[in-house]
Amino acid sequence: MQIPIASHHLPNGLMVVLSEDHSAPIVAVNLWYHVGSANERADRTGFAHLFEHMLFQGSAHVEANEHFELIQRAGGTLNGSTWLERTNYFETVPSNQLAIALWLEADRMGALLPAMTQEKLDTQRDVVKNERRWSVDNQPYGTWWERLPALAFPDTHPFHHSLIGSMDHLSAASLDDIADFFRTYYTPDNAVLTIAGDFDAATTLALVMEYFGPIPRGNGRPPLAPMDLPPTFSSWRRETVADDVMVPRLFLGFRAPVFGSAEHYAGSMCAAVLGLRKGSRLYSSLVRDREIASDVGAFTYDLSKGADLLVVDATARPGVGADALEAAVVGEIDRLRSEGVTPSEVERALALIETDLVSTMQSAAGRADKLSMFATYFGDPTLVNGQLERYAAVTADAVSQFARSRLGTDNRASLVFVPKATTPEAA
Amino acid sequence: MTPARRPVAGPSREYRFPGVVRTALTNGVSLAVAPMTRLPLVTVLALVDAGAACDPPGAEGIAALTARALTEGTTRRDGATLTLDMERLGSGLDAFCDWDDVLVHLTVTPSRLDHAFALLGEVLTAPAFLPRDVDRLRNERLADLLQQQVEPRSLADDKFSEFLYAPTSRYALPADGNTATVSPLDADAVRRFHDARYAPSALTVIVVGDVTPEAAHALAETSIGAWRHTVMKGPALDDRVRGSGRRVHIVPKADAPQTELRVGHHGVVRGHPDYFPLVVMNALLGGLFSSRINLNLRERNAFTYGARSAFEWRRGAGPFVVSTAVKTDVTGPATREILTEISRMREDAVSADELSLATAYLDGVFPIRYETTQSVAQAIAIARTFGLDEDYFTRYRDRVRSVTPEDVQRVARAHLHPEQVMVVAVGDASVIGPALERLEIGPVSTEEAVT
Repeated sequence: MQIPIASHHLPNGLMVVLSEDHSAPIVAVNLWYHVGSANERADRTGFAHLFEHMLFQGSAHVEANEHFELIQRAGGTLNGSTWLERTNYFETVPSNQLAIALWLEADRMGALLPAMTQEKLDTQRDVVKNERRWSVDNQPYGTWWERLPALAFPDTHPFHHSLIGSMDHLSAASLDDIADFFRTYYTPDNAVLTIAGDFDAATTLALVMEYFGPIPRGNGRPPLAPMDLPPTFSSWRRETVADDVMVPRLFLGFRAPVFGSAEHYAGSMCAAVLGLRKGSRLYSSLVRDREIASDVGAFTYDLSKGADLLVVDATARPGVGADALEAAVVGEIDRLRSEGVTPSEVERALALIETDLVSTMQSAAGRADKLSMFATYFGDPTLVNGQLERYAAVTADAVSQFARSRLGTDNRASLVFVPKATTPEAA
Repeated sequence: MTPARRPVAGPSREYRFPGVVRTALTNGVSLAVAPMTRLPLVTVLALVDAGAACDPPGAEGIAALTARALTEGTTRRDGATLTLDMERLGSGLDAFCDWDDVLVHLTVTPSRLDHAFALLGEVLTAPAFLPRDVDRLRNERLADLLQQQVEPRSLADDKFSEFLYAPTSRYALPADGNTATVSPLDADAVRRFHDARYAPSALTVIVVGDVTPEAAHALAETSIGAWRHTVMKGPALDDRVRGSGRRVHIVPKADAPQTELRVGHHGVVRGHPDYFPLVVMNALLGGLFSSRINLNLRERNAFTYGARSAFEWRRGAGPFVVSTAVKTDVTGPATREILTEISRMREDAVSADELSLATAYLDGVFPIRYETTQSVAQAIAIARTFGLDEDYFTRYRDRVRSVTPEDVQRVARAHLHPEQVMVVAVGDASVIGPALERLEIGPVSTEEAVT
């Protein structure tokens, strides 16, 4: 499966990726800015995400929330999302509505600040605080996704702090911060614009030139704090959290090679052997055979800078303590390290990954997002067409080697949630 | 700077929902095949008329347990082997139990389709239902229920249904059952339910993707065509509600930073002739980001990260419910705003401009919904479940576009019932109790947080 890809660079530095497919009258617009929570000031955690909300509050020629309304009136879907390394904005529209989607993205890239007001900032600050309450504070185990990176990355590392941010830092965000962040990061030379689906390349490029061409280049993205890290934690890190939960749950993190590296594909395959679906080692052993866990999974964050994180997530069956749960998970990982994996396990993982890769490419939005990702992280969207081959090149020996070098006792971070009624020791 | 003049849309290109070829196997199984050849993928979805609404009284949860046990082994291979055989073909084999149907689905590349079809056939016609597997799955459901005591979102959903429907209605309990009804279930009960509800006449097989109707028919015939079994008609639907009149139920969650709010009443059956105007009306009320309720609660008042309304479509009348999570100290004002928006929808007719927000969206987004083999298979399944016409998908966009402002107001008045609104609030009772009392909606009762 190969998709057509053509890349262009505007004089102002904007990278434009085009992928035509005329099988349905649908087109996806997908804009990645190479800025995420990693780029935040230490006293402004959560700002990149709050800023994403502000991008829906209007721009020079667009009223607050009008972006949503115009796209939905066009018969389209849209949203944005913030991650550690990037922020993306995307619309899928009927192909005759491509121009309005491009125009809206260009208007906010070119002229966001005239529309910013204190009242809008205050409203979105409260919306985001409610998002934090909903997804983190009022959810069982909800703090895991800020505790685990905090445990796995050093204090000063750009991936250490919370993406959703602290309430205090959200309170402190000002209009000046908005202006600074916009001028620094929301520039054409720090963005990739992908258009995928049913469009004509020549007229679309002309439209992109008309809308985005006049936007001035930025002053260059400030460098991040040093990202490089040793290949392992060099110890077994551990945090136990007494929380409002009924059963223990373990998040076991491992420092892993960065997304895109050859070793990353072995690591991703290793995570699939361990925890992808019911035929995985951890599921068959802990859920099906021994009934120690009610659910398990394993995944990688897919971070492209410095170091990645591989995570095993296991929830205890009622009556199983946190220590027994961790011992069972660790037992399977140690067995994998000592015995290695079989070619048949790797075949299973590869087959599942292959179906998933092809499935993702069915929608224009799915194709556009993958193209933007490879263009943003590596400057080369055509890498998307080599994904399956890179996975297929991973041998059982490479997965075993990965497990031996990366899943040892010197590279583990245990984040353990226990019911707060019991003490951590007793659990 | 970007030009101030907004671009206008060009002429739209024609779109056709994938054509569906319908046939029957020799044993009566219905087959629907929709070729989509753009990518090398095929989705197979088996739809069985054996959803949670068929649960016998006292055994609520048996349909869901049976569905999950289907994929845990057959008379020819145990669960671990079946799982591995399927996953080596690049797909999980997932069974999901809805109110009206059970859905078992897989997605593979075309070269693996014949093998995958054979495994699906085994699962549907010769499941093993070993006691050990069934017991494990039952215990997993009981573990979910235990965890749900501290998970406010699903707790609020389940409590809303419990307080809304009459105790005799299946809809009063969760589709997967509760602790009391699930605890006694075992492999014998699963076998009995399977025997009573699973048969060729209750099965529809939907195949979507890179395959011809002839090839799909041959594979289905080979893997399922020899199955012979007959079943009786399922139980009659009971969607009666518990009572009428406005009322408030508080489910305490100490020190909760937010209140999970559910506001609503009984809804409408999927087969109702008002379906299209109702979908449009609901989109404007709370179905879209730019809907009245979301703009009010989120963008005007910043009470919440999001608020939405929905009619839950089932063969019987599912709930109509507004769902949101609001900061604890604004629970009173947020509830008042929701009630105001429900009433306002009935009082004033929508303008043509507001109406077009919903109709243009639903019309335009239709092709975007059906880009994948999985979503097309699900759409065909929904049409089958609710007995929709064969030309349902070709007429959908015209029917949306033909809804008028008068239709919207008529169905708002017919199907929104401010005088019967029920509020369920999961949160810090010491704060939200007095706040909800002050609204004088109706009697306020405080419940136990245990399911």
